[in-house]
Amino acid sequence: MATTAETFPRKVFRPSMLLYDKRYRSLTIQVVVLFLLMGFFAWLIDNTLTNLAALGRDFSFRFLGQTAGYDINQRLIDYNSQMTHGRAAVVGLLNTLLVAVLACVLATVVGVLAGVLRLSNNWLVAGLMTVYVEIFRNIPTLLWILIIFAIMTEAMPPPSAFRGEDATSSMLLWDTVAVTNRGVYIPEPLFSRSLGVIDMGSFLISIDLLAIVAVVGLSIWANKRLLAHATAVQNATGIRPKTWWKSILILVLPIVALLVVLGFHLGYPELRGFNFAGGTHLRNSLIALWFALGIYTGAFVAENVRSGILAVSKGQTEAAFALGLRPGLTMRLVILPQALRVIIPPLISQYLNITKNTSLALAVGYMDLRSTLGGITINQTGRELEGMLLMMLIYLVISLLISGAMNVYNARVKLKER
Amino acid sequence: MSDTHARTTAFVRDTMLPEAPAPIAQRGAVKWLRENLFSGWMNTALTLASLYVIWWLLAHITPWFGNAVWNANSLAECRAILDGRSGACLGVIRDRWHQLLFGFYPPQHYWRPVLALVLLFGALAPMLFSNLPRRLLWLSALYPFVAYHLLWGGSIWIPVVAAAGFGVGALAWRLITPYTALGAILAALVTPILWWVLAAGAVAGALTSVAPLGLEFVRSDRFGGFLISLVIGISGISLSLPLGVLLALGRKSDMLLLRSVCIIFIEFIRGVPLITLLFTASLLLNYFLPPGTSFDLILRVIIMVTIFAAAYIAEVVRGGLAALPRGQYEAADSLGLDYWRSMRLIILPQALKISIPGIVNTFIGLFKDTTLVVFIGLLDPIGLSNAIRADTSWNGIYWELFIFIGALFFVFCFGISRYSMYLERKLSRGHR
Amino acid sequence: MNKTVLLGSIAAASALVAGAASANTLQEVIDRGEVRCGVSTGLAGFSAPDANGVWQGFDVAMCRAVAAAVLDDPMAVEFVPTTGQTRFTALASGEVDVLARNTTWTFTRDVDLNLRFVGINYYDGQGFMVRGDLGVGSATELDGATVCIQTGTTTELNLADYFRANGMEYEPVPIETNAEAQQQYLAGACDVYTTDVSGLAATRASFADPENHVILPEVISKEPLAITVRDGDDRWAGVVQWTFFALVAAEEMGITSANIAELAQGTDNPEINRLLGTEGELGSMLGLDPEWAIRAISAGGNYGEIFAANIGDGTPIGLARGLNAQWTQGGLLYAPPFR
Repeated sequence: MATTAETFPRKVFRPSMLLYDKRYRSLTIQVVVLFLLMGFFAWLIDNTLTNLAALGRDFSFRFLGQTAGYDINQRLIDYNSQMTHGRAAVVGLLNTLLVAVLACVLATVVGVLAGVLRLSNNWLVAGLMTVYVEIFRNIPTLLWILIIFAIMTEAMPPPSAFRGEDATSSMLLWDTVAVTNRGVYIPEPLFSRSLGVIDMGSFLISIDLLAIVAVVGLSIWANKRLLAHATAVQNATGIRPKTWWKSILILVLPIVALLVVLGFHLGYPELRGFNFAGGTHLRNSLIALWFALGIYTGAFVAENVRSGILAVSKGQTEAAFALGLRPGLTMRLVILPQALRVIIPPLISQYLNITKNTSLALAVGYMDLRSTLGGITINQTGRELEGMLLMMLIYLVISLLISGAMNVYNARVKLKER
Repeated sequence: MSDTHARTTAFVRDTMLPEAPAPIAQRGAVKWLRENLFSGWMNTALTLASLYVIWWLLAHITPWFGNAVWNANSLAECRAILDGRSGACLGVIRDRWHQLLFGFYPPQHYWRPVLALVLLFGALAPMLFSNLPRRLLWLSALYPFVAYHLLWGGSIWIPVVAAAGFGVGALAWRLITPYTALGAILAALVTPILWWVLAAGAVAGALTSVAPLGLEFVRSDRFGGFLISLVIGISGISLSLPLGVLLALGRKSDMLLLRSVCIIFIEFIRGVPLITLLFTASLLLNYFLPPGTSFDLILRVIIMVTIFAAAYIAEVVRGGLAALPRGQYEAADSLGLDYWRSMRLIILPQALKISIPGIVNTFIGLFKDTTLVVFIGLLDPIGLSNAIRADTSWNGIYWELFIFIGALFFVFCFGISRYSMYLERKLSRGHR
Repeated sequence: MNKTVLLGSIAAASALVAGAASANTLQEVIDRGEVRCGVSTGLAGFSAPDANGVWQGFDVAMCRAVAAAVLDDPMAVEFVPTTGQTRFTALASGEVDVLARNTTWTFTRDVDLNLRFVGINYYDGQGFMVRGDLGVGSATELDGATVCIQTGTTTELNLADYFRANGMEYEPVPIETNAEAQQQYLAGACDVYTTDVSGLAATRASFADPENHVILPEVISKEPLAITVRDGDDRWAGVVQWTFFALVAAEEMGITSANIAELAQGTDNPEINRLLGTEGELGSMLGLDPEWAIRAISAGGNYGEIFAANIGDGTPIGLARGLNAQWTQGGLLYAPPFR
């Protein structure tokens, strides 16, 4: 062997090896790709700078500090037309997040219900759910948003119909809820002995809300301790102490006490001037977007849920029955935990879709990020390059956060698989 | 026999009873109803609720469609005919269906988009049905040029010369392959580009002046309605398929740089809403291109939609690649195939077959998303519905238009999804 | 190398459907044989395609006059519908040569966005429309009202300023298109619809019961709607600007599409002669031939004729001349002298 090694020529590097030798080829390709990419980006940036210079503009985000000058109807934080474009963008972002969360919740509820009912033995119910899923899946979201918006505007009475002696419409649920073509007015929670707010500079935090969150959190924690204690007793003695009434007390009493102390009452909407005043105003644009995205995505979620449940093999159900578990327990302890592993990843990607689809808000005039930063602000300042890039970046960050959550979840269920 | 019985029991029947029909609750419709609809209080409640929903829907929809008015030229006229009853004013569909389908495409040329759509099915056939002769694939490859010419028209030589570019590339490859393989690949890439950039315009111009053949030119701004959705959707998906496959392969590559570039690209595109990409096409593309370039909005939209769909296709194909057993990759390697051959002959055919449902779903999603072009001023069906509603005669109409547009999309998307299921079954059968 | 290839392929792509923003728009328009004109996506009376897809309206007529002056064919116009958001980009990128789209001339747009406003073709102002049965007679009674606005315009800023200045509350309902805003207003989802008074009149004209809707007397802003071109091409700006002035001057001098053929034979009035090219060389100074103004005026008539045919008293829109009358009749239209 030693002799043969000597007869081989020493490995001399030849330029052609860059292409034909597997060890170098990938390096060559990567270097070429790197240069191509750098060239491409240099070209893009060069073009952009040339074009900006030709238009006599610069690239700056100073416009975010200028006065916005326009009003936004739905604000989760304090805002008026004298505040900055940056602030308006934040208001829009919060509106985006609000409708995204609401739609995600609705889509999950509708989807799980429809998915389970589609598997029901009841022929009629299963058929109805199939029709729902197919109709909603095969018609564009935008059309659904417009349709629900049109239903809200055209089929509901205007506030003037509630007025006067011969009012043609009346409020629902003992005069607490008003459904009009300008939106739905529901009672709002009010505190007569409010604790005030903490001023955080750019936004305010209600101490009432903090107190409520703290009390609820403490109650849940205490209840957990109670249950853990009960389990410990059960493990030690074999008899589980009755805890249900203690649980109820721990969970309900503190919050009720707090609400009484704060002077909690409901503010009811009432007709005043042109509109209803008081109460919380759920605008048509919010409702249209919320329900359209929720029900549309619900159809996809239903399919995920159905395939998730079908993916659990029938043997699992039979095994559970053989152990003597009742159907309810079988579902809860055997089927669902296994089905969830299949259901959750596509569910989260549906949440991602909902978040991205909220950008259709423009169609119904919902003031989300796209309508504030990407719409009016860009229009008034002419900063479309900066505004669009910023908006894309924000959506990207939201998407990455959601898919990051999905990866964490996937990693966790994977571990349990062993 | 009867003796033994007589001793042990008081009475034993020793003749067969005549067959009685099953109790009414255990047979026929009643049994079916009991088992499927009223098997428990829960089920009964559900059934009653469903019946109520169906009745409610029918009670509202039937008279509305039943009283439909077709022969009215304006909403006011239609309302007068209905005289207070609830009913659909389908006159608007009769009046404007051609706009909703074709936009402002010249009516005498409607046959062109229709023919292009019919030919599409012809072009798809050789790809889907493997028992057809392979040579037909050449016809499929020609289809994009034929479709371009049918839709836009103009001189017939433009698509011919553009297609000739590929021929030039193939020729260069043939001629140079015997000498150097690398040179052949480079030549095959460079000569078509040189052809398109340097020669194509002149040649097309010369041929046109010699033989001015071709269909009448139709400008992009005449495109609208369902036609624009189809053009954007179909060209988007067919262009994005090769790009998506490349991205998926890149994402699985061992080369760190290539892989990271693909991952960043895919995640970026999937992380932003389509509408921001469309706005990029309409507002920002002019910043990124050399000063003075500007091209057709529909073309810009198709480019953006292609990029968007490619990222989603890449993820679908990646799933297909991951689902293939490792043995397939190893078998390809052990046969001594190089990377591209193993991909082309062994891996991709199988991976793509697995990915068909995903690809079709992406297509349906993309097709529905073409409605978003309304935000950048293109007149898709929803954009046209706005235009129709702005018209004095149809001011205030919406359900009829929405239902018509929805029905168009439903028929198309539902049809495709059913077809893909059929295809899936057929292909999986062929697989075994 | 990569750069040239990319440039080449993009040049090839754009060659198919090219257009470019260069410094010599006039030459390009002549070479192309077509004027690209940005208009709104549809506003009755100002710019809207009719049932045959042919664009009609007041703004459209301005573009046709330019096409007639430059290319001798009023139909040689490609109309590009633009939204409030895409209009300035379309102009800056060369997608359109001229923007005739109800665009308000403001300081920022002129200075910061580098647009060139060449002539105010309609003096407008923002107003309010309400239902007659609401019993509102003045905008100052609108405290607490729900107001429909079309987004992407200056209207939302004016509205915010007006309500703030008068210490009133309101609920803005932003809407993307005029059609949608109209539907919201008619359904009673908003009490008030606000936009330029001309737009309100056009919208009201399309209602089934225009008499039941009132346009309130307050005009809360100045909206000089101007024809706009790109900055940096003075020759093209001159062509568009003076074509517009020719239409205005023609009305002032009594030149109409009916008598123009006769007047073009030569008259005693030297200014008419200069305008119509029988005297002097005004056309060649613009880079056009002497008959440019004759063609522009013949295309759709003088300013007054265009106004009357598209949005005037005799049309469903029914707008009075008001501020848009000649300066000699108490309006603001004033064309500089042709000499």
